[in-house]
Amino acid sequence: MASRGARPGADFADTEEAERGTVSSGARHEGILRYRSSYWGKMALAISVTLIVAYLLIDVEPRHNGGSWLGYTLGTAGVGLILWLTMLGIRKRAMTPGRWSLKGWTSAHVYLGLSLVVIGTLHTGFQLGWNVHTLAWVLMMIVIVTGIFGVTVYGILPRQLSSNRDETTEVQMLETVTDIDRQLFDAAQPLDAGGAALVQEAIDETAFDGGIGKRLSGKYRGGGTARALADFRARPTRGDRALDDLYDRLESLLARKQAALARIRRHLRIKAMLQIWLYIHVPMTFALLAALSAHIVSVFFYW
Amino acid sequence: MIGCARAHRLVDEHGVIPVIDEAIGQQGGNLADAYRIAIIGSGPAGLSAASRAAQLGLSHILIEKTDHLSDTIYKYQKGKHVMATPSQLVLRSDMDFEAGKREVVLGTWDEQTAGHDVNVRLHSEVQSVEGDVGNFQIAFADGETISAENIILAIGTQGNPNLVRCPVGEGAVVQYTLDDPGEYVDEHITVIGGGDAGIENALGLAADPEQNNSVTLVNRGAEFATAKGANVKALLAAGDAGRITILTETTASHIGKGEITFDTRDGETKMRCDRVIARMGSAPPRAFVEACGAEFSGPDRSAFPKLSPTFESSKPGIYVIGALAGYPLIKHCMNQGHDVVEFINGNATLKPADEPILEAKFKGLPGSKSVDEWLEYLRANITILEPMTPLQMREFMLDSDVKFYRRGETLFDRADPGSSLFAIASGSVLVQVDADDPSKTVGIESGSIVGEVGLVSGRRRGSTVVAAEDAICVEIPRMAALKLQSQVPPAKAAITRIATERQLLQMFGSGLTKDDVAEIVDSAEIITVKAGEAIIEEGDTGIDLYVIRSGSMVVEKMVGRKPVFLSYLPAGSYVGEMAVLDDNPRSATVRAAIKSEVIKIDGHAFRALLEKNPKLLASAREQVEARENINNFVEAKKDSFSGVVDMYSSISSFLVENGIGEATDVLLIDENLCVGCDNCEKACADSHEGLSRLNREAGRTYAHLHVPTSCRHCEHPHCMADCPPNAIHRGDDGEVFIDDTCIGCGNCQRNCPYGVIRMEKVPPPKPSLLSWLFFGAGPGPGEPDHDWIDERVSDNTPKQAIKCDMCAGIKGGPACVRACPTGAAIRVAPEEFLSVSRLETEQG
Repeated sequence: MASRGARPGADFADTEEAERGTVSSGARHEGILRYRSSYWGKMALAISVTLIVAYLLIDVEPRHNGGSWLGYTLGTAGVGLILWLTMLGIRKRAMTPGRWSLKGWTSAHVYLGLSLVVIGTLHTGFQLGWNVHTLAWVLMMIVIVTGIFGVTVYGILPRQLSSNRDETTEVQMLETVTDIDRQLFDAAQPLDAGGAALVQEAIDETAFDGGIGKRLSGKYRGGGTARALADFRARPTRGDRALDDLYDRLESLLARKQAALARIRRHLRIKAMLQIWLYIHVPMTFALLAALSAHIVSVFFYW
Repeated sequence: MIGCARAHRLVDEHGVIPVIDEAIGQQGGNLADAYRIAIIGSGPAGLSAASRAAQLGLSHILIEKTDHLSDTIYKYQKGKHVMATPSQLVLRSDMDFEAGKREVVLGTWDEQTAGHDVNVRLHSEVQSVEGDVGNFQIAFADGETISAENIILAIGTQGNPNLVRCPVGEGAVVQYTLDDPGEYVDEHITVIGGGDAGIENALGLAADPEQNNSVTLVNRGAEFATAKGANVKALLAAGDAGRITILTETTASHIGKGEITFDTRDGETKMRCDRVIARMGSAPPRAFVEACGAEFSGPDRSAFPKLSPTFESSKPGIYVIGALAGYPLIKHCMNQGHDVVEFINGNATLKPADEPILEAKFKGLPGSKSVDEWLEYLRANITILEPMTPLQMREFMLDSDVKFYRRGETLFDRADPGSSLFAIASGSVLVQVDADDPSKTVGIESGSIVGEVGLVSGRRRGSTVVAAEDAICVEIPRMAALKLQSQVPPAKAAITRIATERQLLQMFGSGLTKDDVAEIVDSAEIITVKAGEAIIEEGDTGIDLYVIRSGSMVVEKMVGRKPVFLSYLPAGSYVGEMAVLDDNPRSATVRAAIKSEVIKIDGHAFRALLEKNPKLLASAREQVEARENINNFVEAKKDSFSGVVDMYSSISSFLVENGIGEATDVLLIDENLCVGCDNCEKACADSHEGLSRLNREAGRTYAHLHVPTSCRHCEHPHCMADCPPNAIHRGDDGEVFIDDTCIGCGNCQRNCPYGVIRMEKVPPPKPSLLSWLFFGAGPGPGEPDHDWIDERVSDNTPKQAIKCDMCAGIKGGPACVRACPTGAAIRVAPEEFLSVSRLETEQG
């Protein structure tokens, strides 16, 4: 916890220290990749390099395989690591007291998870085939690749999420749309049946229209709002002052709704991108655990 | 005389049908027919007094201006839970009272008032009180007069609402309260007044479009200066959306039936109006009390009437009890109502109901004295308490604590949080002035005070204080100390002088004595600085020195026509000494980050002090050099990394604008890292009985640095300002927390300018994480949704104020920071975050 640097009556020497010294790590924002100067990255790198060197130096007859002493060691280490990496899901949700930090866990999860590529692959001895053993390896690789995707979007998207949000909350964004809809409804009262139907269509368009494909691509075309906007823009008013004002008001409301919808959709898209990989990463982890169990049982059973 | 009430109905000018109960036998002016006691105000205090008078068979009258008893509690929202604190205080009243729903509490009182044959005169607004003890004349607004021998003022602190000043035509509906905005449909309603009450009423009336009300809000000024920012924003949004018509720079000139006329900037306009709700503030009751002849303890807004131990004011025969006397809690009020009637009836031996509480406080002290003797002992031995009356002493000691310290025992440690003041009644204490060498001490003698720096600045203790010999000390909590200062002006002066003197001694280091700084203390002047105001302008030639007493300052320098943020100075620092040494013009501007108090020290006096103390001069020179280094460093960086310096500067200004200047610990989220998983909120909820104390998404953002809606643990917390049960404290780690004596009144929520306090019902515990994970039991991690809570919490459960406590007592510290998977969330003290070293660190 951040402790208070200056105190009442702190003499200037203290202030100077605070001003000229380096900022303590607790007072600085530090991402998971840079956590503790990438301690876990260095650790993972050291493990990987050591294992590769060991793999090359140790002569296993007839060839490297999962059943040699080195293979068993790598396999056991790999299983242990996989189980530990899975525990992040529990750690994240169990708010137990103690001096742990989830940031540290995530940092280790990312780097050690990457080192699993080396550990797991060396364990196979590059003996891959169409069997349950290779299935476990493939699932592991899928989990790791989705994880890499996750780390990448975590590095890129938060900034966009923040800029798009611009100090509004999700609830406020939705309220804005509801609010514009209400105003549209009120403003549309003097319209004829055709115009009212158009506005109704615009009102009926919500930020959630369309499936997951649209949600992720962000490509919405020809919604009710856009159609209504185009229609009113094209309508002639023939110098009717009142009609002119009415169309102006409707156009401005429709344009506002379009902008508001675009913002929410962008927001939802970025959030979806930040989460979507978890829908592969996590189920694949469970599939991996199942395949791993099958792999381990079968190895001992049929040995 | 026995009061039997006769009711008749009439329609008043507002078109509302009130009930007026007239007491039979009121003949003003005739002493023989005078009431023995007239009680003005029928709140808990007045009711309790009246029922005691009725029980004793004294002739009495209870005067209430509205058409119902106990208006303040009557005005609580429907179904509100009324709390009965302090729990250790026994209730001594003929009326029953226990915690419960508003309706039950009021029902009991109505029933018992009737049962006790209390003589009530409703709908009677007192216009004036004249005369003297034995023959007071009470004149009512309707022109009638009654006489009484004694008067008990139990009118609370709410005051009377300001009335509309324009002519009101017949049949027009004008009301001064709004109980349930849902009652009105299809009406044209005009709300007069742009304060919080008016805005909230207007928003409430326009909230549901189904009600189809057309609401107009009228404000005299162009701005809504007195309302909270959030309210103004909501109002303007409602105005833009066309739900509320907002008229500014407008006053009502005539209210008629079905219409209202306004004076606007552009002339007169008329509007349809079925109902006027006037919320134009209220006049505090002080003027009325003073007009009755009772004096107040001082000119301060927070001053109370001067009272004797029997609640008698400086005007004989006029007694003051309840909130107006400084006791806002219902139980206190009721006990006083009981006691004051006993006193008037000649009961001289009655001990106050709080006697057992005080007895318990004095129990641990050596020597066997009675409560009264102890109170007198403390008053006589502590200089600042000397001018207090016995009643004030009693109240003061209810808030304060007294403790016996053995020789060598610690009063408090350096860097402890704490804003209480210690007064030494006997013995003496030693202040360890050097953190590294406990043997360097300064003694403080009996009768004096210690710990005043924490009181003034709200920051951590500057040094450890131990008892030099066996000592009896009174620990005065901040609120009690503030009350003391407003009640007893000499105490305020004494505390201020001691605080100034000690602050100077501590700042300039050891070796100096009181006598050395006496001249400076004499020349010192305490100045209040508004937020944004500069105490030093770059280029000025003044040589005065400023010590920041409370609040904080920012130092800026103009570089290339842009102000560059140099440093942040918390309370306890001093600034301006460079000019004293080198006589050069000021090299930077120093302005207040928030409303602050500074001690201005005459530069010549300080220079004289420096000349007499070569050691001090040397250390001052060293410090000046360090500051010059920072200036030079920033100037140099400015050339090579101007973008970074600009960024640092603008981020710093952003944080200061957002109240970081008064924060002691603030949650900052780097939105370059935040993936929006809300794990911080979930962790917060799971660490605190299921309710989150932070709203990640809400709040201001600048350059991806986000200040979420979460407590900043202000130096002088706004939430503490008006907590009836005194349930808000500063804890061991500097956290501001609310204990479980919270009565759910919502004052803190309203007072917090940052909107970080929620009023919520506490949900029951959830099933464990594993049973959720494996069997889907319960709502899972994080705050359960409202439906889940509503199903499990009874309607009678009172709401409580919920706010961040910095996870005090939880190993590992704030859950929000620990649970952030990406490192986006940190909690920092502002001076750590706003330091120039950030520039270096970020530049590598």
